Amino acid sequence: MAIQPTHSSRRILLPVKQWFILFSLAAAFFLDLIPLGHAVGVPDWVALVLAFWSVREPQRVGMGTAFVAGLLMDVASGSVMGQHPLAYLLLAYAGGGLSRRILWFPLAQQALHVLPLLLATQLVMVATRMAGGADFPGWGYFLGSFSGALLWFPLTFVLLLPQYQPVERDENRPI
Amino acid sequence: MSVVGHPPPPFFKRGPAPLARLAFFVILSLALLVFDLKYRTLEWVRQGVAVALYPLQRAAYTPVDLYEQVGAYFSRLGAVQQENAELKRKELESANWLLRQQHLELENQRLRELLDMRARQPVSGTLAEILYTARDPFSRRVIVDKGGQHGIAGGQAVVDESGVLGQVTRVFPLQSEVTLVTDKNQAVPVKILRSGLRTVLFGASGGQLELRFLAANADVQPGDLLVTSGLDGVYQPGLPVARVARVDRDAAYSFARILCEPVAGVEKHGQVLILGAREPLPPQVEETEARDKPLKGRRARKKE
Repeated sequence: MAIQPTHSSRRILLPVKQWFILFSLAAAFFLDLIPLGHAVGVPDWVALVLAFWSVREPQRVGMGTAFVAGLLMDVASGSVMGQHPLAYLLLAYAGGGLSRRILWFPLAQQALHVLPLLLATQLVMVATRMAGGADFPGWGYFLGSFSGALLWFPLTFVLLLPQYQPVERDENRPI
Repeated sequence: MSVVGHPPPPFFKRGPAPLARLAFFVILSLALLVFDLKYRTLEWVRQGVAVALYPLQRAAYTPVDLYEQVGAYFSRLGAVQQENAELKRKELESANWLLRQQHLELENQRLRELLDMRARQPVSGTLAEILYTARDPFSRRVIVDKGGQHGIAGGQAVVDESGVLGQVTRVFPLQSEVTLVTDKNQAVPVKILRSGLRTVLFGASGGQLELRFLAANADVQPGDLLVTSGLDGVYQPGLPVARVARVDRDAAYSFARILCEPVAGVEKHGQVLILGAREPLPPQVEETEARDKPLKGRRARKKE
C-alpha cells in the first residue's frame, strides 16, 4: 500500500448538506443559551461546532458565518459587541488554513490541534475584555477549551452521521 | 461549442483571498468594539436582536426551570417546615419595628414640616424574579423577569430583603439586566453608618467589594455597616449595602485596603424589588465659571 490511510480517506462520505451545517450551528447556539451561571468547564458549543465545520468544510463555513454567529453570541450573552465576532473570526481563519493539515491526522491528534485554536479564541476574548476594563474571570475559564477538545471525538461522530453511507463489502471493488 | 470563452467552473471561484477577508472582518469587529465600549451607540442593534432571540432564550431556560421545579417539589417537608418556623420568628422580630414604623414616620413627617424641610419621597417598587446569571464571565450581571413593558427603566436600584443588590443597566421589553454591586465597574456612593464617613464602594474580584481611596488612618473597623448615602440620585439613602470584612493598613501605601462583604444575597436567586426611579436631584451649583474667572483675569493681565 503506497497511500497512507488517513481518517478522511477511511470512509467515503456523502457530500455535506447546507441545512445540516446551519442546523448544527443553531443547536450549538441553543446549548450556549442554556443558563448554567458561571459553571466551570462548560465548552463554548458555538466555537466548537464552528471549529469543526471550518476544518471540515472550509469552503462552506468561513469567516462570514463566524462573524454572524459571534454577533448573535454577543447579544445572547450580554457581552460587549464585537468580542465574540473577533475571536470566532480568528478561529475560522485558522481552522480553514489548517484544515488540510488537521484532517490528515487521526482523531486524537486532531483534538490536540483544535485545543490551541479554542484556547486562542478564549485568550482573544479575555484580552478584548480586559482591555475594556473588565475583571479577569479566573483560570477556570480556560477549562472550557479542554473539555471542548475532549468532545472532539463524539462531535465528529455526531456531525458526520448524516454523511456516512452503509458499508458494502465487495472484494472485487478497488475502494 | 468551444471550451474557450466559458466562465471558469465554480470550483475555482473562491472570492477574495482569506487574508483579505480576515482583515475586512477584523476591522469590522474592532469598529463594533470601539463603538460599543466607547460610544455605546449599538444599543438599538442589541435591542432588536434580543427581541428576536427572546423566545429561543425562554426555551433554553426551560430545562433549568424544570430542574429547579423538580428540586423544589422533592424538597423535604422538614425543610419547608423549618423555613416556615424561621419566617414566623423573623416576622415577630420585625413586628416590633414595623408597628412603631408608622408612628415614627408620622412623627418624622410632622417634625420635617415644623423644620420646613422637604418631605422624604415615597418609595414605589416592582417585584421581580431573578431568572438566571448572564453568561458573560467577565461581569457580574443577572437577568430579571420584568422589563420595559412593566415600566422598568435603566438606572433603577434593585434590592432584596436584606440590602442593595445592584442597578438596572439594560432594559429589554420583557426582561432586564441588573448589574450587581460586586461588578468591577459598578460604584455605589455609601456612608459608614457608625461614623458617617462618606465614600464610594467598588466591586472587587471574588464577589467582594472594596472601599478605595480611603486614607490609611480612616475611621473604619471590621464589622462596620455601609449604607447608601443617596448622593448619586439613584439609590434611596440609608439602604444597607455591605459590611466591612477586613481592613489592611499598610504604612507603605497612603490608602488603606478595605474589603467588604455584600449584605444582600448577591449570588443567590430569588425575588427582588426594583425600586422606582428617584426624583432628580436639585441642579448642581455651577462651580466651573467661578473657577474660570480668575484664570481669564490672569491671562488678560499677561497680555497687557
